[in-house]
Amino acid sequence: MIPPVFEYARPGTIAEAVSLLQLHGDDAKILSGGQSLIPMMKLRLARPAWLIDINSIPDLAYIRENDGHLHIGGLTREADIEESKLIRAKYPIIHETARVIADPQVRNLATIGGNLAHGDPANDHGATMLALEAEVVATGANGPRSIAIRDFFQSIFSTALAHDEILTEIRIPAPGARSGGAYFKLERKVGDFATAGVAAQVTLDADGVCTKAGIGLTNVGPTPIKAVRAEAFLRGRKLDAANIAEAARLAMEESQPSSDLRGPAEYKKGLVKELTKRALTRAAERAGK
Amino acid sequence: MADKHHIRVRLNGVEKQADVEPRLLLIHFIRDVAGQTGTHLGCDTTSCGACTVLLDGQPIKSCTLFAVQADGREIMTVEGLIQGGKLHPIQEGFHQEHGLQCGFCTPGMMMSALALLEKNPEPTEEEIRWGISGNLCRCTGYQNIVKAVQHASSKMREGVPA
Repeated sequence: MIPPVFEYARPGTIAEAVSLLQLHGDDAKILSGGQSLIPMMKLRLARPAWLIDINSIPDLAYIRENDGHLHIGGLTREADIEESKLIRAKYPIIHETARVIADPQVRNLATIGGNLAHGDPANDHGATMLALEAEVVATGANGPRSIAIRDFFQSIFSTALAHDEILTEIRIPAPGARSGGAYFKLERKVGDFATAGVAAQVTLDADGVCTKAGIGLTNVGPTPIKAVRAEAFLRGRKLDAANIAEAARLAMEESQPSSDLRGPAEYKKGLVKELTKRALTRAAERAGK
Repeated sequence: MADKHHIRVRLNGVEKQADVEPRLLLIHFIRDVAGQTGTHLGCDTTSCGACTVLLDGQPIKSCTLFAVQADGREIMTVEGLIQGGKLHPIQEGFHQEHGLQCGFCTPGMMMSALALLEKNPEPTEEEIRWGISGNLCRCTGYQNIVKAVQHASSKMREGVPA
């Protein structure tokens, strides 16, 4: 399939990319990994007149920890996240998320910035970043600004990014002691989007009482969903089987799946409950270590 | 018609230059412009992996990258495997272990296998299956593909000082 005709620009700096976005307005799209955009262009679901390829901009791909945060550059490839020793050791939830995105070839090109900026509720990082209470950095003509992830996803394929902004960084608060997280996804086969996915991140106090809980849901609504009622229920409680089961039930109530080829809505709701239970159990195990 | 862009890539070690429309996909550049038809276009929807090539050593799906994005970079296809008329151990593995039936997926499968073995010379069966998880085969049931990669793994390690 041949995409519609478009013009192509490959700026060497963020400032140049932003000015191209301002010049071409809604006719322009950022080309990052291209693993969602190019298929959509081939299917004529997207027809940008201009592609602004940011792959030649230096210093947009990195994974580093400082100032109490993990910083991931917007252009960082999923494969680099999957293989990062730092992420594997300290942020297993992000490792588990990256490694179930699409397949190895796609992960070699796909970027975390693109995954979030695309605003597809089926993309996996959204739920994980909601669980981790991350911020995204959007860079436009006035420089960078920070957006809390809970304010980022607005509706299907729609985010808080302005048309002349580029998602340049994701900032994740470093989890303190006695913290743990996990991502569970059910997919029909490798490479498919989630039938449902659940990310859970918890922090315990010295007595094993939950002081902080983050729960994000993938592909069970028009955006990635933060299961705020389930999170609130867990705060101040021990993560025993009964409390985890109740939080899982609340997360299920907060999900809004539709019936499609991946299954009926009721099945997906049941899946959210089960995956929440598994993710919280694993997160609590990791926090207790 | 959009402005054409002049690109220069190294394809299997040989420099190729062309003026390309931005919308030309890398797979069509390789097959139609450079005339190397070993790489196959399968699903054309980023699913099957038949079009897998190495871009600077990393396997990618050439139906989901524009040729203009490969400007200045190194591409290796199945044609790059043979050295001095001698089959690459991966090709030998697929031959010896009957790692193909119709052969349509084989060029892409071999490029994923090569990238896997270069990163992990002695993969477990599970790691092999993970490494080729972006390549679909409708004939073999994958058993003999796994054996072919294991064959190549031991061949490639022979003669390499530990």
